[in-house]
Amino acid sequence: MKTVEEIKAAIEAAVPGAGVEFVPNPSPSAQHSLRLAPESAVAVAKFLRDDDELAFDFLSNLTGVDWPDKEIAEKVKVTRQVTKTVDGPEGKVDQTVDETVEETHKRVEPGYLEAVYHLYSVEKKHGPLVIRMRTANRTDQAQLPSLTPVWRAAEFQEREIFDLYGIVFTGHPDLRRILMWDEFKDHPMRKDYVEPDDFEYEPTPHDEVLNRAQEHKSEGLGTGD
Amino acid sequence: MAVDQNLKIELGKQGIFVTTIEELYNWGRRSSVWPMQFGLACCAIEMIATTMARYDLARFGAEVFRPSPRQADLMIVSGTVTKKMAPQVVRLYNQMAEPRYVIAMGACAISGGPFKQGYNVLKGIDRYIPVDVHIPGCPPRPEALIQAFMTLQKKIDGQPLTGEGRPRHLDAEAQGEFAVPEQGEHDLEPTSNKGVWPVPITIR
Amino acid sequence: MSVAEDKAERVEGWNRPPVIEPEGEGELLEVAMGPHHPSTHGVFRMDVALDGERVVRLKPVFGYLHRNHEKIAEGASYLASMPYTDRLDYFCSLTNNWAYALAVEKLVGQAVPERAEYIRVILAELTRVQNHASSIGFLIQEMGASGTPLMYAFKEREKILDLFESLTGSRMMCNYMRFGGCRVDVSGPWLDATRKVVAGLPAFVDEFEALLSTNEILMARCQGMGILPPELAVNAGVSGPMLRAAGVNYDIRKVDRYGIYDRFQFRVPLGDHGDIYDRYMVRILEMRESIKILEQALPTIPTGPIMDAKAKIRGFRPKPGEAYGRIEAPKGELGFYLISDGGPNPYRYRVRPPSLINLTILEDMCLGHNVADVVLIFGSVDIVLGEVDR
Repeated sequence: MKTVEEIKAAIEAAVPGAGVEFVPNPSPSAQHSLRLAPESAVAVAKFLRDDDELAFDFLSNLTGVDWPDKEIAEKVKVTRQVTKTVDGPEGKVDQTVDETVEETHKRVEPGYLEAVYHLYSVEKKHGPLVIRMRTANRTDQAQLPSLTPVWRAAEFQEREIFDLYGIVFTGHPDLRRILMWDEFKDHPMRKDYVEPDDFEYEPTPHDEVLNRAQEHKSEGLGTGD
Repeated sequence: MAVDQNLKIELGKQGIFVTTIEELYNWGRRSSVWPMQFGLACCAIEMIATTMARYDLARFGAEVFRPSPRQADLMIVSGTVTKKMAPQVVRLYNQMAEPRYVIAMGACAISGGPFKQGYNVLKGIDRYIPVDVHIPGCPPRPEALIQAFMTLQKKIDGQPLTGEGRPRHLDAEAQGEFAVPEQGEHDLEPTSNKGVWPVPITIR
Repeated sequence: MSVAEDKAERVEGWNRPPVIEPEGEGELLEVAMGPHHPSTHGVFRMDVALDGERVVRLKPVFGYLHRNHEKIAEGASYLASMPYTDRLDYFCSLTNNWAYALAVEKLVGQAVPERAEYIRVILAELTRVQNHASSIGFLIQEMGASGTPLMYAFKEREKILDLFESLTGSRMMCNYMRFGGCRVDVSGPWLDATRKVVAGLPAFVDEFEALLSTNEILMARCQGMGILPPELAVNAGVSGPMLRAAGVNYDIRKVDRYGIYDRFQFRVPLGDHGDIYDRYMVRILEMRESIKILEQALPTIPTGPIMDAKAKIRGFRPKPGEAYGRIEAPKGELGFYLISDGGPNPYRYRVRPPSLINLTILEDMCLGHNVADVVLIFGSVDIVLGEVDR
């Protein structure tokens, strides 16, 4: 099989302006991946499937990953001019002094949802090639193009991502919830999902369970003992 | 009216069989408990293994697994009940004719088991329907299911036909229909049937 | 037309199931088969639209056994997910263990000692034999032969489960493999017992086949039924015996050569027609090939450790990165995709379930057939709901 860099070059030659990005994988598995721009993803996917040398005709695995907003604290040294009152020879004088202070800057890196595809070739018996796509944000309307028209294997797996992560795959022929019931509103695999309060009886509760048990008791829901 | 045991044995030696209506009735009921052919998860495979040649549930008169709830006496809740499946389980239970019994087979059916932290897992089927026998295990061995079966048979044997503790089909006031939970936007509604399962809270 | 264009056109047609027009005037009958249905393998539902007896639409409905395995695994340590993998495909807990161990070993670059590799191969092939035997039993059960073939299959399965139990302590949920080896070593008596069971397996397959393979009812109901074309099978991600029955030579044991499979001689059985009968036959032949592997592995098992000396058990925190590891499970390609952020828990834990993805083409296979055959076609896919819904 070609290396991932070579595949990237081949994609760029075949699909002009594809906007493919190489994502290294530092783990010993060394399964590096390519990040596709959602706009050109379908064209790139078709190329990967139909190219005689690559022939990635088998979409093995397709999954979502949630990357929530990340708060990054950075310590920055800031030098600014500060006016200070200094005792001078002619009494008190205002003087401008340079002062270096260490400040903690907090910046929020916006989160996104990601879809990861693992491709193999049944014809050439090589793989895996990992490709991934990012959504712009984490709202309910985060969109990605559906690759079901290219690989039928994506049909149920895209529905699963729609159900559990909430990525809307445009162009999917039948995008409905697959695992949860239709009336369900949440996306439970997201990292910020809050589970419903299912009170679980434990004979010797402690920590979180004890707190919840006390809440339930104060609400007068239980019979107590 | 019970017959004196010694007298019964003595009469039996003479070739005379004495019994009561109650004993005869319960003997008939316990010797042909037909379970419903209803598997949910891993435990269902052990349930099937129990009916196969090696463990041979037929010895207990229970080899006839009925596909329809209308023909079944016993529901073996064999496996994890998810919130998506729970309304159907209650509905199936409602469709069974009295007298009906429930065995909660395995940790999942009892309390959610290893999956109890799951957002889609019901923490025990006894939140919605009354359970007669619980079998722990993940999954319980076929021997454990047979043990549960014998426990159920003992329970049936001990049920008087009149008065307190009589089987529900002889009790006109017994609850027949159990409320089927609705699937809501975040969870099942209600999250438990308060009449069957009052929230047990123990704070020590 | 270039080769690529030609291929694109051929595949394009498979992207949607064909539309079947109802004949005549009458209304379509909508039947919900499941989630409680006597013939399904578990809590699976098919919403079928019928024109008379003929299926014109079929939509599978999943999720009745969605046990949130992935969410729970993301909140637990790596090792704590091992017992949960047992409960994915509850017929084949040992191959599930292996797939997960393989993915984690890829993630951390962990080697496995030779003896442990041999034990893994032996256990995986025993698992394959018992899975295929019972899946054929269930298929015939769904055909209407209530009980008898299944009893033959379970008779043999019990012998294999006894081996599992004496080695791992549990009949079904073995929880046996570890990252970098196995949990307990096999003993001499266990190997003797395994040899005895394996020696009896060919006779079992012969008997099973003599009863079934040329059975007139089985042939009439299976041949030419539920045909899956090879292009569609590949495009839809179908794997395992389903794919090979369609005539596609793709066995991950041969392709990836994971573990030590390159040391054993075995063939990959392929089907010609891609119908139910081919799937049945491929499974029978795969059992025979598995027995061949077992016969080669059992006498040559080397002595040595069963855990790699460098394997880390406490404080297991893989470096940030990701890995996808897959094996040829009895049902198809079982893969685990793991993302580590350097913490003790996986950041993302994904199971690639062969059972779910093999069902993608269920509608295509069933359209136009009678409703009675739907049950049979569904049975021939060989799924386990624990894995479909996870």
